[in-house]
Amino acid sequence: MLIAESLNFEIGRRSLIKDVSFSIRPGELLVILGANGAGKSTLLRLLSGEKKPVSGHIRLNGLELDSYTNAQLALCRGVLNQQNTLNIAFTVSEVISMGRYPHQKKGDAMTDSQIIETVMELTGTKAFEDRSYLTLSGGEQQRVQLARTLAQIWDVPNALLLMDEPVASLDLQYQQQTLAIAKMLAKKGYMVISVLHDINLAAQYADRIMMLKNGRKWYDGTAAEVLKGKHIYEVFEINSDVYTNPRTLQHFYIPRNITISTDH
Amino acid sequence: MSLGAVKIPVTDVVLILVKKLGFFSNKTVSIQHEGVMNIVRIPRVLLGLLIGAALGISGTAIQGIFRNPLAEPGLIGISAGASLMAVVIIVLELSVLAALSNLLGYYIMAFGAFAGAGIAALIVYQISRTDGKSNVTTMLLAGIAINALAGALTGLITFAADDQQLRNITFWMLGSLGGATRETVIAVAPFILIPVLALPFLGKALNAFALGEVQAAQLGLNVSSVKRNVVILATMAVGAAVAVSGIIGFVGLLVPHTIRLLIGVDNKHVLPASALCGALILTLADMLCRTLIAPVELPIGVITALLGTPLFLYILIKDKKKLVL
Repeated sequence: MLIAESLNFEIGRRSLIKDVSFSIRPGELLVILGANGAGKSTLLRLLSGEKKPVSGHIRLNGLELDSYTNAQLALCRGVLNQQNTLNIAFTVSEVISMGRYPHQKKGDAMTDSQIIETVMELTGTKAFEDRSYLTLSGGEQQRVQLARTLAQIWDVPNALLLMDEPVASLDLQYQQQTLAIAKMLAKKGYMVISVLHDINLAAQYADRIMMLKNGRKWYDGTAAEVLKGKHIYEVFEINSDVYTNPRTLQHFYIPRNITISTDH
Repeated sequence: MSLGAVKIPVTDVVLILVKKLGFFSNKTVSIQHEGVMNIVRIPRVLLGLLIGAALGISGTAIQGIFRNPLAEPGLIGISAGASLMAVVIIVLELSVLAALSNLLGYYIMAFGAFAGAGIAALIVYQISRTDGKSNVTTMLLAGIAINALAGALTGLITFAADDQQLRNITFWMLGSLGGATRETVIAVAPFILIPVLALPFLGKALNAFALGEVQAAQLGLNVSSVKRNVVILATMAVGAAVAVSGIIGFVGLLVPHTIRLLIGVDNKHVLPASALCGALILTLADMLCRTLIAPVELPIGVITALLGTPLFLYILIKDKKKLVL
Protein backbone atom coordinates (compact mmCIF):
# COMPACT_ATOMS: atom_id res chain seq x y z
CA MET A 1 0.00 0.00 0.00
CA LEU A 2 1.30 3.42 -0.94
CA ILE A 3 -0.24 6.43 0.79
CA ALA A 4 0.52 10.03 -0.11
CA GLU A 5 -0.75 12.69 2.28
CA SER A 6 -1.02 16.38 1.38
CA LEU A 7 2.19 16.48 -0.63
CA ASN A 8 3.65 19.85 -1.46
CA PHE A 9 6.74 20.48 -3.52
CA GLU A 10 8.30 23.67 -4.75
CA ILE A 11 11.45 24.78 -6.50
CA GLY A 12 12.43 28.29 -5.50
CA ARG A 13 9.09 30.02 -5.07
CA ARG A 14 7.38 28.04 -7.79
CA SER A 15 4.98 25.55 -6.34
CA LEU A 16 4.92 22.39 -8.49
CA ILE A 17 2.79 20.05 -6.38
CA LYS A 18 -0.01 21.43 -4.21
CA ASP A 19 -1.71 19.43 -1.51
CA VAL A 20 -1.91 16.13 -3.38
CA SER A 21 -3.29 13.15 -1.45
CA PHE A 22 -4.09 9.71 -2.76
CA SER A 23 -3.36 6.08 -2.15
CA ILE A 24 -2.91 2.96 -4.22
CA ARG A 25 -3.27 -0.63 -3.09
CA PRO A 26 -1.68 -3.79 -4.47
CA GLY A 27 -3.43 -4.95 -7.63
CA GLU A 28 -4.14 -1.46 -8.96
CA LEU A 29 -2.95 0.19 -12.14
CA LEU A 30 -3.19 3.94 -11.64
CA VAL A 31 -2.66 6.24 -14.62
CA ILE A 32 -1.76 9.89 -14.11
CA LEU A 33 -2.90 12.29 -16.83
CA GLY A 34 -2.37 16.00 -17.21
CA ALA A 35 -1.11 18.73 -19.50
CA ASN A 36 2.58 19.57 -19.89
CA GLY A 37 3.90 21.07 -16.68
CA ALA A 38 0.96 19.84 -14.62
CA GLY A 39 3.36 18.14 -12.17
CA LYS A 40 3.05 14.49 -13.28
CA SER A 41 6.77 13.75 -13.45
CA THR A 42 7.43 15.74 -10.28
CA LEU A 43 4.81 13.70 -8.43
CA LEU A 44 6.46 10.51 -9.67
CA ARG A 45 9.85 11.76 -8.47
CA LEU A 46 8.40 12.34 -5.02
CA LEU A 47 6.92 8.84 -4.98
CA SER A 48 10.20 7.26 -6.09
CA GLY A 49 12.13 9.04 -3.35
CA GLU A 50 14.29 10.94 -5.83
CA LYS A 51 12.97 14.24 -4.47
CA LYS A 52 11.69 14.98 -0.98
CA PRO A 53 8.36 16.77 -0.57
CA VAL A 54 8.51 20.17 1.15
CA SER A 55 5.65 19.02 3.32
CA GLY A 56 3.40 15.97 3.52
CA HIS A 57 4.04 12.28 3.97
CA ILE A 58 4.54 9.27 1.78
CA ARG A 59 4.13 5.86 3.35
CA LEU A 60 5.08 2.68 1.54
CA ASN A 61 3.83 -0.54 3.13
CA GLY A 62 3.37 1.22 6.45
CA LEU A 63 6.78 2.87 6.63
CA GLU A 64 7.74 6.45 5.86
CA LEU A 65 9.45 6.57 2.45
CA ASP A 66 12.22 8.60 4.13
CA SER A 67 13.09 5.72 6.42
CA TYR A 68 14.04 3.39 3.56
CA THR A 69 17.66 3.24 2.38
CA ASN A 70 18.30 3.26 -1.37
CA ALA A 71 19.17 -0.42 -1.15
CA GLN A 72 15.94 -1.32 0.67
CA LEU A 73 13.84 0.69 -1.79
CA ALA A 74 15.56 -0.96 -4.75
CA LEU A 75 14.23 -4.31 -3.52
CA CYS A 76 10.56 -3.25 -3.62
CA ARG A 77 10.31 -0.38 -6.07
CA GLY A 78 11.19 -0.11 -9.76
CA VAL A 79 11.26 3.10 -11.78
CA LEU A 80 11.12 3.53 -15.54
CA ASN A 81 12.38 7.05 -16.17
CA GLN A 82 11.29 9.36 -18.92
CA GLN A 83 14.87 10.13 -19.87
CA ASN A 84 17.77 7.75 -19.85
CA THR A 85 21.25 8.79 -20.89
CA LEU A 86 23.60 5.88 -21.33
CA ASN A 87 26.62 6.69 -23.47
CA ILE A 88 28.84 3.68 -22.89
CA ALA A 89 28.50 0.75 -25.25
CA PHE A 90 27.00 -1.85 -22.94
CA THR A 91 25.20 -4.69 -24.68
CA VAL A 92 21.43 -4.97 -24.29
CA SER A 93 21.68 -8.02 -22.05
CA GLU A 94 24.30 -6.31 -19.87
CA VAL A 95 21.98 -3.33 -19.36
CA ILE A 96 19.00 -5.54 -18.55
CA SER A 97 20.99 -7.67 -16.11
CA MET A 98 21.87 -4.51 -14.15
CA GLY A 99 18.24 -4.66 -13.03
CA ARG A 100 19.23 -7.67 -10.94
CA TYR A 101 22.05 -5.87 -9.09
CA PRO A 102 19.96 -5.08 -5.99
CA HIS A 103 19.24 -8.78 -5.49
CA GLN A 104 22.64 -10.25 -6.14
CA LYS A 105 23.81 -10.28 -2.57
CA LYS A 106 21.42 -13.06 -1.70
CA GLY A 107 19.85 -14.06 -5.00
CA ASP A 108 21.11 -16.96 -7.04
CA ALA A 109 22.43 -16.64 -10.56
CA MET A 110 19.95 -19.23 -11.84
CA THR A 111 16.86 -17.18 -10.93
CA ASP A 112 18.54 -14.05 -12.23
CA SER A 113 19.20 -15.46 -15.68
CA GLN A 114 15.69 -16.93 -15.90
CA ILE A 115 14.18 -13.57 -14.99
CA ILE A 116 16.33 -11.80 -17.55
CA GLU A 117 15.23 -14.28 -20.24
CA THR A 118 11.57 -13.80 -19.34
CA VAL A 119 11.60 -10.01 -19.40
CA MET A 120 13.55 -10.00 -22.66
CA GLU A 121 10.87 -12.18 -24.25
CA LEU A 122 8.08 -9.95 -22.93
CA THR A 123 9.62 -6.70 -24.11
CA GLY A 124 10.78 -8.08 -27.46
CA THR A 125 14.40 -7.27 -26.67
CA LYS A 126 15.63 -10.86 -26.95
CA ALA A 127 16.14 -10.40 -30.69
CA PHE A 128 18.94 -7.89 -30.16
CA GLU A 129 20.30 -8.94 -26.77
CA ASP A 130 23.93 -8.90 -27.94
CA ARG A 131 23.81 -5.55 -29.71
CA SER A 132 25.29 -2.40 -28.23
CA TYR A 133 22.66 -0.25 -26.53
CA LEU A 134 24.03 2.76 -28.41
CA THR A 135 23.13 1.31 -31.82
CA LEU A 136 19.43 0.92 -30.95
CA SER A 137 16.58 3.19 -32.00
CA GLY A 138 14.88 5.34 -29.38
CA GLY A 139 11.97 2.93 -29.06
CA GLU A 140 14.23 -0.09 -28.75
CA GLN A 141 16.27 1.65 -26.04
CA GLN A 142 13.03 2.43 -24.22
CA ARG A 143 12.09 -1.27 -24.29
CA VAL A 144 15.53 -2.22 -22.93
CA GLN A 145 15.04 0.19 -20.04
CA LEU A 146 11.58 -1.27 -19.46
CA ALA A 147 13.09 -4.76 -19.39
CA ARG A 148 15.74 -3.62 -16.91
CA THR A 149 13.08 -2.15 -14.62
CA LEU A 150 10.94 -5.28 -14.87
CA ALA A 151 13.96 -7.48 -14.09
CA GLN A 152 14.51 -5.49 -10.90
CA ILE A 153 11.08 -6.21 -9.41
CA TRP A 154 10.06 -9.39 -11.25
CA ASP A 155 10.29 -11.65 -8.20
CA VAL A 156 8.78 -9.13 -5.74
CA PRO A 157 5.04 -9.53 -6.31
CA ASN A 158 3.83 -6.62 -4.16
CA ALA A 159 6.42 -4.14 -5.44
CA LEU A 160 5.71 -0.62 -6.57
CA LEU A 161 6.31 0.11 -10.26
CA LEU A 162 6.54 3.74 -11.37
CA MET A 163 6.59 4.55 -15.09
CA ASP A 164 7.05 8.03 -16.54
CA GLU A 165 5.68 8.14 -20.07
CA PRO A 166 6.68 4.56 -20.79
CA VAL A 167 5.27 4.61 -24.32
CA ALA A 168 6.64 7.98 -25.43
CA SER A 169 8.77 6.62 -28.29
CA LEU A 170 7.16 3.22 -28.83
CA ASP A 171 5.35 1.96 -31.91
CA LEU A 172 1.67 0.96 -31.78
CA GLN A 173 2.35 -2.67 -30.94
CA TYR A 174 4.69 -1.94 -28.05
CA GLN A 175 2.46 0.81 -26.67
CA GLN A 176 -0.19 -1.87 -26.17
CA GLN A 177 2.36 -4.47 -25.07
CA THR A 178 3.83 -2.16 -22.40
CA LEU A 179 0.46 -1.33 -20.90
CA ALA A 180 -0.54 -4.99 -21.11
CA ILE A 181 2.54 -5.90 -19.09
CA ALA A 182 1.66 -3.19 -16.55
CA LYS A 183 -1.89 -4.55 -16.32
CA MET A 184 -0.64 -8.12 -15.90
CA LEU A 185 1.71 -7.04 -13.08
CA ALA A 186 -1.14 -5.21 -11.35
CA LYS A 187 -3.24 -8.39 -11.54
CA LYS A 188 -0.35 -10.27 -9.90
CA GLY A 189 -0.50 -7.87 -6.96
CA TYR A 190 1.92 -5.10 -7.94
CA MET A 191 1.11 -1.43 -7.43
CA VAL A 192 1.60 0.22 -10.82
CA ILE A 193 1.57 3.97 -11.38
CA SER A 194 2.12 5.26 -14.89
CA VAL A 195 2.17 8.73 -16.38
CA LEU A 196 0.59 8.72 -19.84
CA HIS A 197 -0.38 11.26 -22.47
CA ASP A 198 -2.72 9.10 -24.48
CA ILE A 199 -6.24 9.27 -23.02
CA ASN A 200 -7.31 6.24 -25.03
CA LEU A 201 -4.48 4.06 -23.70
CA ALA A 202 -5.42 5.20 -20.20
CA ALA A 203 -9.07 4.33 -20.82
CA GLN A 204 -8.13 0.92 -22.18
CA TYR A 205 -5.89 -0.25 -19.34
CA ALA A 206 -6.20 1.88 -16.21
CA ASP A 207 -8.03 0.64 -13.13
CA ARG A 208 -8.05 4.21 -11.95
CA ILE A 209 -7.16 7.56 -13.47
CA MET A 210 -5.90 10.62 -11.67
CA MET A 211 -5.91 13.96 -13.50
CA LEU A 212 -3.51 16.69 -12.43
CA LYS A 213 -3.78 20.36 -13.25
CA ASN A 214 -1.38 23.07 -12.09
CA GLY A 215 0.11 20.72 -9.50
CA ARG A 216 -3.26 19.84 -7.97
CA LYS A 217 -5.25 16.64 -8.08
CA TRP A 218 -8.23 17.58 -10.25
CA TYR A 219 -10.09 14.28 -10.71
CA ASP A 220 -9.53 10.78 -9.39
CA GLY A 221 -11.64 7.76 -10.25
CA THR A 222 -12.41 5.09 -12.83
CA ALA A 223 -12.06 5.87 -16.53
CA ALA A 224 -15.83 6.26 -16.84
CA GLU A 225 -15.94 8.72 -13.95
CA VAL A 226 -12.94 10.80 -14.88
CA LEU A 227 -12.83 10.85 -18.67
CA LYS A 228 -15.70 13.13 -19.61
CA GLY A 229 -15.61 15.72 -22.34
CA LYS A 230 -16.02 18.50 -19.81
CA HIS A 231 -13.18 17.22 -17.60
CA ILE A 232 -10.87 16.74 -20.56
CA TYR A 233 -11.55 20.31 -21.59
CA GLU A 234 -10.83 21.57 -18.08
CA VAL A 235 -7.51 19.76 -17.82
CA PHE A 236 -6.20 19.85 -21.38
CA GLU A 237 -8.07 22.88 -22.75
CA ILE A 238 -9.09 20.98 -25.82
CA ASN A 239 -12.50 19.96 -27.13
CA SER A 240 -13.03 16.30 -27.76
CA ASP A 241 -15.78 13.92 -28.76
CA VAL A 242 -16.55 10.78 -26.82
CA TYR A 243 -17.61 7.71 -28.80
CA THR A 244 -18.43 4.18 -27.81
CA ASN A 245 -16.47 1.32 -29.30
CA PRO A 246 -19.24 -0.97 -30.61
CA ARG A 247 -17.09 -4.07 -30.04
CA THR A 248 -15.93 -3.46 -26.45
CA LEU A 249 -18.58 -0.90 -25.45
CA GLN A 250 -15.73 1.17 -23.97
CA HIS A 251 -15.53 4.89 -24.58
CA PHE A 252 -12.88 6.40 -26.78
CA TYR A 253 -11.94 9.99 -27.36
CA ILE A 254 -11.14 11.97 -30.45
CA PRO A 255 -9.84 15.50 -30.01
CA ARG A 256 -11.33 18.14 -32.26
CA ASN A 257 -9.16 19.95 -34.77
CA ILE A 258 -7.48 23.16 -33.83
CA THR A 259 -7.39 25.62 -36.68
CA ILE A 260 -4.78 28.32 -36.67
CA SER A 261 -5.64 31.44 -38.62
CA THR A 262 -3.30 32.26 -41.49
CA ASP A 263 -3.09 35.82 -40.21
CA HIS A 264 -0.15 34.76 -38.01
CA MET B 1 65.19 -5.59 -17.42
CA SER B 2 67.86 -6.81 -19.75
CA LEU B 3 67.77 -3.76 -22.02
CA GLY B 4 69.12 -0.30 -21.29
CA ALA B 5 72.24 1.80 -21.34
CA VAL B 6 74.03 -1.16 -19.80
CA LYS B 7 73.06 -4.38 -21.51
CA ILE B 8 72.69 -7.31 -19.16
CA PRO B 9 72.25 -10.77 -20.66
CA VAL B 10 68.83 -12.27 -20.03
CA THR B 11 70.39 -15.27 -18.28
CA ASP B 12 72.07 -12.93 -15.82
CA VAL B 13 68.81 -11.11 -15.21
CA VAL B 14 67.18 -14.40 -14.32
CA LEU B 15 70.10 -15.39 -12.11
CA ILE B 16 70.02 -12.12 -10.21
CA LEU B 17 66.26 -12.35 -9.68
CA VAL B 18 66.57 -15.93 -8.50
CA LYS B 19 69.28 -14.85 -6.10
CA LYS B 20 67.11 -12.00 -4.81
CA LEU B 21 64.38 -14.47 -4.01
CA GLY B 22 66.81 -16.22 -1.71
CA PHE B 23 67.89 -19.13 -3.88
CA PHE B 24 71.50 -20.01 -3.85
CA SER B 25 73.27 -20.24 -7.15
CA ASN B 26 76.87 -21.13 -7.78
CA LYS B 27 76.90 -19.34 -11.11
CA THR B 28 78.35 -15.89 -10.86
CA VAL B 29 77.27 -12.69 -12.56
CA SER B 30 79.28 -9.52 -12.91
CA ILE B 31 79.12 -7.25 -9.89
CA GLN B 32 78.43 -4.28 -12.13
CA HIS B 33 75.42 -6.04 -13.65
CA GLU B 34 74.13 -7.05 -10.27
CA GLY B 35 74.51 -3.50 -9.00
CA VAL B 36 72.64 -2.05 -11.96
CA MET B 37 69.90 -4.59 -11.45
CA ASN B 38 69.49 -4.02 -7.71
CA ILE B 39 69.79 -0.27 -7.62
CA VAL B 40 68.33 0.79 -10.96
CA ARG B 41 66.51 -1.81 -12.99
CA ILE B 42 64.42 -3.71 -10.44
CA PRO B 43 63.07 -0.58 -8.69
CA ARG B 44 62.45 1.03 -12.04
CA VAL B 45 60.46 -1.86 -13.44
CA LEU B 46 58.50 -2.18 -10.19
CA LEU B 47 57.78 1.54 -10.20
CA GLY B 48 56.69 1.33 -13.85
CA LEU B 49 54.30 -1.50 -13.01
CA LEU B 50 52.87 0.36 -10.01
CA ILE B 51 52.41 3.68 -11.76
CA GLY B 52 51.03 2.10 -14.92
CA ALA B 53 48.49 0.19 -12.85
CA ALA B 54 47.61 3.36 -10.93
CA LEU B 55 47.08 5.46 -14.05
CA GLY B 56 45.21 2.73 -15.92
CA ILE B 57 42.72 1.87 -13.20
CA SER B 58 42.15 5.50 -12.15
CA GLY B 59 41.46 6.42 -15.76
CA THR B 60 38.75 3.75 -15.93
CA ALA B 61 37.28 4.69 -12.57
CA ILE B 62 37.20 8.41 -13.34
CA GLN B 63 35.59 7.81 -16.71
CA GLY B 64 33.01 5.71 -14.89
CA ILE B 65 32.19 8.33 -12.32
CA PHE B 66 32.04 11.18 -14.85
CA ARG B 67 30.03 8.88 -17.13
CA ASN B 68 32.22 10.06 -19.93
CA PRO B 69 34.86 8.31 -22.02
CA LEU B 70 36.97 11.45 -22.39
CA ALA B 71 37.56 12.03 -18.71
CA GLU B 72 41.22 11.45 -17.99
CA PRO B 73 43.25 12.48 -14.94
CA GLY B 74 45.41 14.80 -17.06
CA LEU B 75 42.55 16.30 -19.04
CA ILE B 76 40.35 17.27 -16.13
CA GLY B 77 43.04 18.87 -14.03
CA ILE B 78 43.78 16.11 -11.52
CA SER B 79 47.42 15.70 -12.58
CA ALA B 80 47.88 19.46 -12.70
CA GLY B 81 46.45 19.80 -9.19
CA ALA B 82 48.79 17.08 -7.98
CA SER B 83 51.88 18.60 -9.58
CA LEU B 84 51.00 22.07 -8.30
CA MET B 85 51.01 20.73 -4.77
CA ALA B 86 54.24 18.86 -5.46
CA VAL B 87 55.88 22.08 -6.64
CA VAL B 88 54.53 23.99 -3.64
CA ILE B 89 56.08 21.40 -1.37
CA ILE B 90 59.42 21.54 -3.17
CA VAL B 91 59.64 25.30 -3.02
CA LEU B 92 58.32 25.72 0.49
CA GLU B 93 60.99 23.21 1.42
CA LEU B 94 58.84 21.38 3.88
CA SER B 95 62.00 19.57 4.86
CA VAL B 96 61.82 18.11 1.41
CA LEU B 97 65.09 19.12 -0.20
CA ALA B 98 67.02 16.98 2.16
CA ALA B 99 64.18 14.59 2.62
CA LEU B 100 63.68 13.98 -1.08
CA SER B 101 65.95 11.00 -0.81
CA ASN B 102 64.30 9.53 2.24
CA LEU B 103 61.03 7.81 2.84
CA LEU B 104 59.38 10.57 4.87
CA GLY B 105 60.01 13.07 2.10
CA TYR B 106 58.23 10.88 -0.38
CA TYR B 107 55.30 10.37 1.96
CA ILE B 108 54.91 14.14 2.40
CA MET B 109 55.10 14.48 -1.36
CA ALA B 110 52.56 11.72 -1.94
CA PHE B 111 50.11 13.21 0.56
CA GLY B 112 50.54 16.68 -0.91
CA ALA B 113 50.02 15.47 -4.46
CA PHE B 114 47.01 13.46 -3.31
CA ALA B 115 45.47 16.55 -1.72
CA GLY B 116 46.12 18.60 -4.85
CA ALA B 117 44.63 15.92 -7.07
CA GLY B 118 41.59 15.57 -4.82
CA ILE B 119 40.87 19.29 -4.70
CA ALA B 120 41.13 19.61 -8.48
CA ALA B 121 38.88 16.58 -9.02
CA LEU B 122 36.23 17.91 -6.64
CA ILE B 123 36.22 21.38 -8.19
CA VAL B 124 35.86 20.04 -11.74
CA TYR B 125 33.24 17.53 -10.65
CA GLN B 126 31.10 20.05 -8.80
CA ILE B 127 31.28 22.62 -11.58
CA SER B 128 30.38 20.12 -14.29
CA ARG B 129 27.31 18.79 -12.52
CA THR B 130 23.80 19.90 -13.30
CA ASP B 131 20.73 17.94 -12.19
CA GLY B 132 22.79 14.95 -11.27
CA LYS B 133 24.39 14.70 -14.68
CA SER B 134 27.91 15.69 -15.49
CA ASN B 135 27.93 17.98 -18.45
CA VAL B 136 30.68 17.10 -20.94
CA THR B 137 31.38 20.59 -22.21
CA THR B 138 31.42 22.12 -18.77
CA MET B 139 33.61 19.33 -17.48
CA LEU B 140 36.23 19.78 -20.19
CA LEU B 141 36.14 23.57 -19.87
CA ALA B 142 36.45 23.35 -16.10
CA GLY B 143 39.36 20.96 -16.65
CA ILE B 144 41.04 23.46 -18.95
CA ALA B 145 40.49 26.21 -16.42
CA ILE B 146 41.90 24.17 -13.56
CA ASN B 147 44.85 23.12 -15.73
CA ALA B 148 45.52 26.76 -16.64
CA LEU B 149 45.13 27.96 -13.07
CA ALA B 150 47.36 25.23 -11.66
CA GLY B 151 49.87 25.91 -14.45
CA ALA B 152 49.87 29.64 -13.71
CA LEU B 153 50.31 29.10 -9.98
CA THR B 154 53.08 26.61 -10.68
CA GLY B 155 54.76 29.20 -12.91
CA LEU B 156 54.39 31.83 -10.21
CA ILE B 157 55.98 29.57 -7.65
CA THR B 158 58.93 28.73 -9.89
CA PHE B 159 59.92 32.41 -9.65
CA ALA B 160 60.60 31.82 -6.00
CA ALA B 161 62.59 28.68 -6.66
CA ASP B 162 66.35 28.34 -6.59
CA ASP B 163 68.37 26.32 -9.09
CA GLN B 164 68.14 23.00 -7.29
CA GLN B 165 64.40 23.48 -6.85
CA LEU B 166 63.99 24.38 -10.51
CA ARG B 167 65.63 21.12 -11.50
CA ASN B 168 63.24 19.22 -9.27
CA ILE B 169 60.30 21.11 -10.71
CA THR B 170 61.34 20.42 -14.29
CA PHE B 171 61.41 16.75 -13.38
CA TRP B 172 57.72 16.90 -12.44
CA MET B 173 56.71 18.68 -15.58
CA LEU B 174 58.32 16.13 -17.89
CA GLY B 175 57.39 12.88 -16.24
CA SER B 176 59.97 10.16 -15.81
CA LEU B 177 60.54 6.92 -14.00
CA GLY B 178 64.16 7.98 -13.55
CA GLY B 179 63.61 8.71 -9.88
CA ALA B 180 63.04 5.06 -9.15
CA THR B 181 64.81 3.78 -6.06
CA ARG B 182 63.91 1.22 -3.45
CA GLU B 183 62.62 4.07 -1.28
CA THR B 184 60.33 5.53 -3.92
CA VAL B 185 58.88 2.12 -4.66
CA ILE B 186 58.25 1.44 -0.98
CA ALA B 187 56.83 4.93 -0.47
CA VAL B 188 54.22 4.83 -3.26
CA ALA B 189 53.36 1.15 -3.07
CA PRO B 190 50.61 1.45 -0.42
CA PHE B 191 49.07 4.55 -2.06
CA ILE B 192 48.79 2.63 -5.30
CA LEU B 193 48.12 -0.92 -4.14
CA ILE B 194 45.13 0.06 -1.97
CA PRO B 195 43.24 1.70 -4.86
CA VAL B 196 44.28 -1.00 -7.32
CA LEU B 197 42.92 -3.69 -5.02
CA ALA B 198 39.84 -1.77 -3.87
CA LEU B 199 38.56 -0.19 -7.10
CA PRO B 200 37.61 -3.48 -8.81
CA PHE B 201 35.01 -3.99 -6.06
CA LEU B 202 33.24 -0.89 -7.36
CA GLY B 203 32.83 -2.40 -10.84
CA LYS B 204 29.11 -3.06 -10.51
CA ALA B 205 28.51 0.34 -8.98
CA LEU B 206 30.24 2.00 -11.91
CA ASN B 207 28.16 -0.07 -14.33
CA ALA B 208 25.01 1.21 -12.64
CA PHE B 209 26.45 4.72 -12.76
CA ALA B 210 26.61 4.44 -16.53
CA LEU B 211 22.79 4.35 -16.53
CA GLY B 212 22.71 7.74 -14.83
CA GLU B 213 23.02 8.90 -11.24
CA VAL B 214 19.28 8.85 -10.65
CA GLN B 215 19.01 5.37 -12.13
CA ALA B 216 21.95 4.16 -10.04
CA ALA B 217 20.22 5.40 -6.90
CA GLN B 218 17.03 3.64 -8.00
CA LEU B 219 19.06 0.44 -8.23
CA GLY B 220 19.93 0.85 -4.56
CA LEU B 221 23.31 2.57 -4.72
CA ASN B 222 24.32 5.20 -2.24
CA VAL B 223 25.44 7.46 -5.06
CA SER B 224 27.36 10.03 -3.08
CA SER B 225 29.35 7.47 -1.14
CA VAL B 226 30.30 5.65 -4.35
CA LYS B 227 31.43 8.94 -5.86
CA ARG B 228 33.38 9.86 -2.78
CA ASN B 229 35.10 6.48 -2.63
CA VAL B 230 36.03 6.49 -6.30
CA VAL B 231 37.34 10.04 -6.19
CA ILE B 232 39.40 9.31 -3.06
CA LEU B 233 40.85 6.07 -4.41
CA ALA B 234 41.55 7.36 -7.91
CA THR B 235 43.13 10.60 -6.76
CA MET B 236 45.15 8.69 -4.18
CA ALA B 237 46.64 6.54 -6.93
CA VAL B 238 47.14 9.41 -9.38
CA GLY B 239 48.51 11.70 -6.67
CA ALA B 240 51.07 9.10 -5.59
CA ALA B 241 52.02 8.42 -9.21
CA VAL B 242 52.49 12.11 -9.96
CA ALA B 243 54.48 12.59 -6.77
CA VAL B 244 57.21 10.20 -7.86
CA SER B 245 57.05 10.24 -11.63
CA GLY B 246 55.57 13.60 -12.59
CA ILE B 247 52.84 13.94 -15.19
CA ILE B 248 52.65 10.97 -17.51
CA GLY B 249 49.83 11.80 -19.86
CA PHE B 250 47.32 9.74 -21.77
CA VAL B 251 47.88 6.41 -20.01
CA GLY B 252 44.61 6.93 -18.15
CA LEU B 253 42.87 7.46 -21.47
CA LEU B 254 44.69 5.00 -23.68
CA VAL B 255 44.43 2.01 -21.37
CA PRO B 256 40.68 1.91 -20.58
CA HIS B 257 39.78 2.33 -24.24
CA THR B 258 42.15 -0.36 -25.41
CA ILE B 259 40.67 -2.70 -22.82
CA ARG B 260 37.09 -1.86 -23.79
CA LEU B 261 37.88 -2.56 -27.43
CA LEU B 262 39.35 -5.92 -26.40
CA ILE B 263 37.01 -7.28 -23.72
CA GLY B 264 33.86 -5.11 -23.68
CA VAL B 265 32.72 -2.39 -21.34
CA ASP B 266 31.69 -4.26 -18.18
CA ASN B 267 33.59 -2.47 -15.40
CA LYS B 268 33.82 -5.64 -13.33
CA HIS B 269 36.40 -6.81 -15.90
CA VAL B 270 37.61 -3.47 -17.26
CA LEU B 271 38.89 -2.22 -13.88
CA PRO B 272 41.31 -5.06 -13.07
CA ALA B 273 42.26 -5.42 -16.73
CA SER B 274 43.19 -1.75 -17.01
CA ALA B 275 45.44 -2.04 -13.98
CA LEU B 276 47.24 -4.94 -15.66
CA CYS B 277 47.33 -3.32 -19.07
CA GLY B 278 48.48 0.02 -17.63
CA ALA B 279 51.32 -1.70 -15.81
CA LEU B 280 52.33 -3.47 -19.00
CA ILE B 281 52.10 -0.43 -21.28
CA LEU B 282 54.03 1.85 -18.95
CA THR B 283 56.82 -0.67 -18.45
CA LEU B 284 57.07 -1.10 -22.22
CA ALA B 285 56.97 2.66 -22.79
CA ASP B 286 59.70 3.11 -20.21
CA MET B 287 61.79 0.45 -21.93
CA LEU B 288 61.44 2.39 -25.17
CA CYS B 289 62.50 5.59 -23.37
CA ARG B 290 65.61 3.96 -22.04
CA THR B 291 66.66 2.20 -25.22
CA LEU B 292 65.57 4.23 -28.26
CA ILE B 293 68.42 6.75 -28.07
CA ALA B 294 70.50 5.18 -25.28
CA PRO B 295 72.41 6.21 -23.26
CA VAL B 296 70.23 9.35 -23.31
CA GLU B 297 66.67 8.86 -22.01
CA LEU B 298 63.53 10.22 -23.60
CA PRO B 299 60.94 11.60 -21.15
CA ILE B 300 58.30 8.90 -20.79
CA GLY B 301 55.54 11.48 -21.25
CA VAL B 302 56.75 11.89 -24.83
CA ILE B 303 56.22 8.22 -25.61
CA THR B 304 52.81 7.97 -23.94
CA ALA B 305 51.64 11.16 -25.65
CA LEU B 306 52.88 9.89 -29.01
CA LEU B 307 50.84 6.72 -28.50
CA GLY B 308 47.91 8.36 -26.74
CA THR B 309 47.19 11.37 -28.92
CA PRO B 310 46.28 9.43 -32.07
CA LEU B 311 43.91 7.28 -30.01
CA PHE B 312 42.37 10.34 -28.40
CA LEU B 313 41.78 11.91 -31.83
CA TYR B 314 40.35 8.62 -33.09
CA ILE B 315 37.78 8.60 -30.25
CA LEU B 316 36.95 12.26 -30.87
CA ILE B 317 36.33 11.65 -34.57
CA LYS B 318 34.42 8.42 -34.02
CA ASP B 319 32.16 9.85 -31.32
CA LYS B 320 31.94 13.36 -32.69
CA LYS B 321 28.18 13.27 -32.96
CA LYS B 322 27.63 11.83 -29.50
CA LEU B 323 29.73 14.53 -27.87
CA VAL B 324 27.60 17.34 -29.23
CA LEU B 325 25.21 18.50 -26.56
